[in-house]
Amino acid sequence: MSDMHQHSVAYVRETMLPEAPPPAREQGIIKWMRENLFANVPNSILTIASIVVIYYILAASLPWLLNGIWNAESIRDCREILQGAAGGCFAVLTERWNQLLFGFQYPDDQYWRPLIAFLLLFVAIAPVMFFKYIPSQFLLFTALYPFLAYWLIWGGLILAPIVALVGFVVGYFVWGRLVQRSFATGFFGAVAAAVIVWWIGGLITAGMDPEQAMLVPVASRDMGGFMLNLILGTVCVSLSIPIGIALALGRQSSMPIIKWICVVFIEFIRGVPLITLLFVANVVLAYFFPPGTNFDLIIRVIIMITAFASAYIAEVIRGGLAALPTGQYEAADSLGLDYAQAMRLIILPQALKISIPGIVNVAVGLFKDTTLVSVISMFDLVGMIRGPILASTEWNGVYWELFGFAALLFFVVCYGISQYSQWLERELTTDHK
Amino acid sequence: MNKTVFLGALTVAGLSAGAAAAATLDDVKARGSLNCGVTTGLVGFAAPDANGEWDGFDVGVCRAVAAAVLGDPTAVEFVPTTGKTRFTALASGEIDMLARNTTWTFSRDVDLKFEFTGINYYDGQGFMVPKDLGVSSAKELDGATVCIQTGTTTELNLADFFRSNNMSYEPVPIETNAEAQQNYLAGACDVYTTDASGLAATRAAFEDPSAHVILPEIVSKEPLGPLVRHGDNEWGDVVRWTLNALVAAEEYGVTSANIADMAAEPTDSPEINRLLGTEGNLGEMLGLDADWAMRAIAAGGNYGELFEKNIGENTPVGLARGLNAQWTDGGLMYAPPFR
Repeated sequence: MSDMHQHSVAYVRETMLPEAPPPAREQGIIKWMRENLFANVPNSILTIASIVVIYYILAASLPWLLNGIWNAESIRDCREILQGAAGGCFAVLTERWNQLLFGFQYPDDQYWRPLIAFLLLFVAIAPVMFFKYIPSQFLLFTALYPFLAYWLIWGGLILAPIVALVGFVVGYFVWGRLVQRSFATGFFGAVAAAVIVWWIGGLITAGMDPEQAMLVPVASRDMGGFMLNLILGTVCVSLSIPIGIALALGRQSSMPIIKWICVVFIEFIRGVPLITLLFVANVVLAYFFPPGTNFDLIIRVIIMITAFASAYIAEVIRGGLAALPTGQYEAADSLGLDYAQAMRLIILPQALKISIPGIVNVAVGLFKDTTLVSVISMFDLVGMIRGPILASTEWNGVYWELFGFAALLFFVVCYGISQYSQWLERELTTDHK
Repeated sequence: MNKTVFLGALTVAGLSAGAAAAATLDDVKARGSLNCGVTTGLVGFAAPDANGEWDGFDVGVCRAVAAAVLGDPTAVEFVPTTGKTRFTALASGEIDMLARNTTWTFSRDVDLKFEFTGINYYDGQGFMVPKDLGVSSAKELDGATVCIQTGTTTELNLADFFRSNNMSYEPVPIETNAEAQQNYLAGACDVYTTDASGLAATRAAFEDPSAHVILPEIVSKEPLGPLVRHGDNEWGDVVRWTLNALVAAEEYGVTSANIADMAAEPTDSPEINRLLGTEGNLGEMLGLDADWAMRAIAAGGNYGELFEKNIGENTPVGLARGLNAQWTDGGLMYAPPFR
């Protein structure tokens, strides 16, 4: 065969040709654009249309952003400096940033306290969020954090949070002792022990001179700004997850009273708008108290938002529980686990994993809903903007800059939460894809 | 701890609800501070400044009362209230008085069981139009689109006004003043209507205020004043006469600048002497000391000074005195005699 071939062709190349680069249109950015942006006529039209839209948006917003005034006394100053040119009046942010972040009544020489509490928040939630990577001893700090943060933000006698902490610790030990007998004895014994400790502690703290406080006390009324949103968001989310789990389990319980209490609670709360609950917290409760008593407004609001969020989370978790095949429950039973063990070791880890997107959805929604408190005259971030800042003669009329700033703060937090939840889902994947 | 407070509060609540009405004056003195309800923010009337200090025309009334009762204009705990929470805050005793540009109406006075202690600003509903529209009277607004806040008395007043003048209009319902501002500037409506003071404040915030005019017609009466709970007349008297003292001081020419001299020794005018406590015992009758009115006026100046400083023509709000001038200047401000 080879002989034949040799004779039939005049020339045979004996060396390899050097590799030529692919044609320009088949490589690099051009290839990418051809494939992704201009693959066919409709694609090209869409691409061009999108570019035009993006151009118009940038053309309108960039000069406004870049030309912004950061140093002025009032909106009239801004306009004078700009002389009709497009430009944002960001001076309102440089002048009022502290009010936007901390509210207008938090003493300004004490700003370091909420700031430290905020930074420590990351230290405290890290062991919970990255439980695979951080040794569990650090959870001790997480348990201490609520009391520390309370003391930092509200100030006053350090004894008050310590008494609260001791109450919990005593309650825990009593529970540990009594739970052998039965769960109910343990639970009610723990509650009773804690209440006794708090009562005695309350007498002691009441007798102490508040002048001796290491940190200047700050009243709840003085909390405001984004700090208030963060306090409400963090406290309510972290309280509503355990309560939500309890409600979801209670709703599936075979004990009729517990089941019906949970069902009624969940259905009632879900059937009422959050704003209604907030009005109840603010307005209606005031009628039940003697004049002069002021049951802390923040606590009232926290209770209402927590109740609201836990009803939703309970339903999300119930969805997760329902998604588990019955085989999982039967497997737990066949291993001889009791109810608590089965739930803790087999059912809940799987159900919660399924529920993560739903829980995060509720958490993000709840965090944004904290701005509703501005309607009951609390000065959260939005309340600060709508009330004091827009009502000041200097800044009346500055809308885009302020609400843009608020949107930015909320976006950063909510996007962070959502990214974490996606990471967590990947981390917990156990199926084989 | 809070749980015990809560339960205790519930038990006591029923017992003390009856006793709540009386003796606000004693409560305030014992507490050492006045709980005064204000708005969450209204340009010129009440808003905290960059340092968190409340300032404004309504705030001035609170400070005057605190100065009269407690001797210290800063001894005020300002309780911000919204239009929805203000009346419950007062009725429940959370605040001692409400100075929150609240219109004095029959039903609020009688049915809601409050007592208006006077009028510190005579307002009324007005119209604002762009100058380009070439309209000089509200009677020429036939067929106009009107931006109007829903659920307010202004909505009803507007309907009345247009019907009684046989004109038609197209309402553009909006929720807040800020929204109205944006809609109006964007041309979504020809006319914006709300209280005249609000219109002036809104216009002052515009980039070019001179391109908009506020029409001369005022189509409603909105007398704004401080109010207290029914049933505690002593406290009501204190608030009423503090406000009257501010108004009377302007009439008699007593200002924060000359008050120290005038109060040092009796002047030629017996009326001023009685007001400032150098003659007679008016303070004693109120349950206060003789210098009460002197301190109230010294706190932020007389009525005219408060007006000029917060909402007058030299401020960005730029309101003319109009109806709120002294009766001697053709206005409605008329304090009953101090004797």
